[in-house]
Amino acid sequence: MIVAEQKPLKEIINMVSPFKKLLIVGCNECVTVCHAGGRKEVEQLAAALSMAAQKDGRPLEIKEVTLERCCDPEYIEQVRPFIDQYEAVLSCACSVGTQYFADTYPTKWALPALNTSFMGGSLAQGIWAERCAGCGNCILHETGGICPIARCSKRMLNGPCGGSTGGHCEVNPDIPCGWQLIWDRLVALGRIPDYAKIMAAKDWNTSRDGGPRKIVREDLTI
Amino acid sequence: MKTESKLEKILESGQLAVTSEAGPPRGAEPEVIRKKGEMLKKFVDCCNVTDNQTAMVRVCSLASCIILKELGISPILQMTARDRNRLAIQADILGAYAFGINTMLCLTGDHQSFGDHPTAANVFDLDSIQMIQGVHKIREEGTFMGGAKMTVAPKMYIGAAANPFADPFELRVMRLAKKVAAGVDFIQTQCIFNLDKFAKWMQMVCDEGLDQKVHILAGITPMKGLGMARYMKNKVPGMDVPDEVINRLKGVPKEKQADEGITMAVEQIQQLKEMKGVHGFHIMAIEWEEKVPEIVERAGLLPRPQVD
Ligand code: SF4
Ligand code: SF4
Repeated sequence: MIVAEQKPLKEIINMVSPFKKLLIVGCNECVTVCHAGGRKEVEQLAAALSMAAQKDGRPLEIKEVTLERCCDPEYIEQVRPFIDQYEAVLSCACSVGTQYFADTYPTKWALPALNTSFMGGSLAQGIWAERCAGCGNCILHETGGICPIARCSKRMLNGPCGGSTGGHCEVNPDIPCGWQLIWDRLVALGRIPDYAKIMAAKDWNTSRDGGPRKIVREDLTI
Repeated sequence: MKTESKLEKILESGQLAVTSEAGPPRGAEPEVIRKKGEMLKKFVDCCNVTDNQTAMVRVCSLASCIILKELGISPILQMTARDRNRLAIQADILGAYAFGINTMLCLTGDHQSFGDHPTAANVFDLDSIQMIQGVHKIREEGTFMGGAKMTVAPKMYIGAAANPFADPFELRVMRLAKKVAAGVDFIQTQCIFNLDKFAKWMQMVCDEGLDQKVHILAGITPMKGLGMARYMKNKVPGMDVPDEVINRLKGVPKEKQADEGITMAVEQIQQLKEMKGVHGFHIMAIEWEEKVPEIVERAGLLPRPQVD
């Protein structure tokens, strides 16, 4: 899923300070799972912003709504009946959702309440970690199911650098060395010789380097 | 001979090669490079020029190599993949070769978080193995990494680094084998302090027959004192400083520690001279280049061989 976290409250207060009427929109998908922008967080954020406005003596009217999904035109449409009553949308969805608001309602400011961080998953209660950098051409079948692009700090494709120490990455001992993990998997799978194969220079074209990406499924388009 | 490289000539003649390192300054001061060059000239065969070492901005490796070349020193152009994509890498190689620089070292590079620009974007388009493969392709096929034909292809003698002390240890020889398969000609190792572990690695290298395919220069770093040894042990990732080294330095008074460090480096070279597969030495006297002549001399590595 997409993992995000709320921006520091001060930054959000600053961001919304020019507005008197604010629509705060949450999303029921990824950001709910990572406790960043679901119904509960929208509620808490609305309360905090009201309080801050009160303290500063600024009038602020807030409406809260949480959509099923903010990265889908169908759901974004649901705010159309009342959006004109508000000056800006503070999106608690991931930044994709925020851009959907900007795209759909050209005269409304769309403000991000979250920092959208990465694609990953939950390791334990309250802990999320990156797993994929969306390179667009997956090689996990060659690396024991562990991504060297997302999980090696230098996105090396042919093995660990000279800084790998005791299973930790040279960048920070809190980061597991991606290549140590790959190696451990290859050993466990009895596939040590696989390591000898040189992985050629990657075609980053399918990654961000080819420009913004798009997938078209002719079979599904109407 | 694959190239015009002085290092290749010495290594292929079967003589022990001696290289060392010159770190460019953190300011536009060509005299600093010249001074280091003059100091090293008669004592080493070739001189590596580091490339934004530890991710700290310095005079670029290419410019520094040109300055050394003007002094009649054969430079080794270090190049990291951290700061360059494959276009920049190739452009720099063409530029270097245009100035007669024919020996280079392909490195992935320290992560930028270690340096003084930790917020910089990195590149890491290629890793060191892919860089070796690319430079080898340029030399052997006369084509760019992208496949197009070159007018004049630079014939680079290709080096890389190896760290026998990083983890996982079992993989380190396979990683060297990968560099050999990619087309590397010589290897300069990480600083050796744990001789036993190095011997074990070297044994495995020879068992795999890799010593027949690549020239290995053993990395030597003299300790300036106890402080440096402790720092290396605790703070530098991938460095293996055994307690004996620490204890030996601890055993001498502070003002004698630097001399002891030099003596230890000299003893190490003596021991390594006898080791199968070791074809030379790469002396990395980090910001202590003035001690290289003494080390080379005391280790009995003078005079340096003359090749045309
Ligand atoms: S190889 Fe690419 S698609 Fe697969 S996990 Fe890594 S970044 Fe994601
Ligand atoms: S230590 Fe491991 S994860 Fe970190 S950069 Fe080196 S190979 Fe990649």
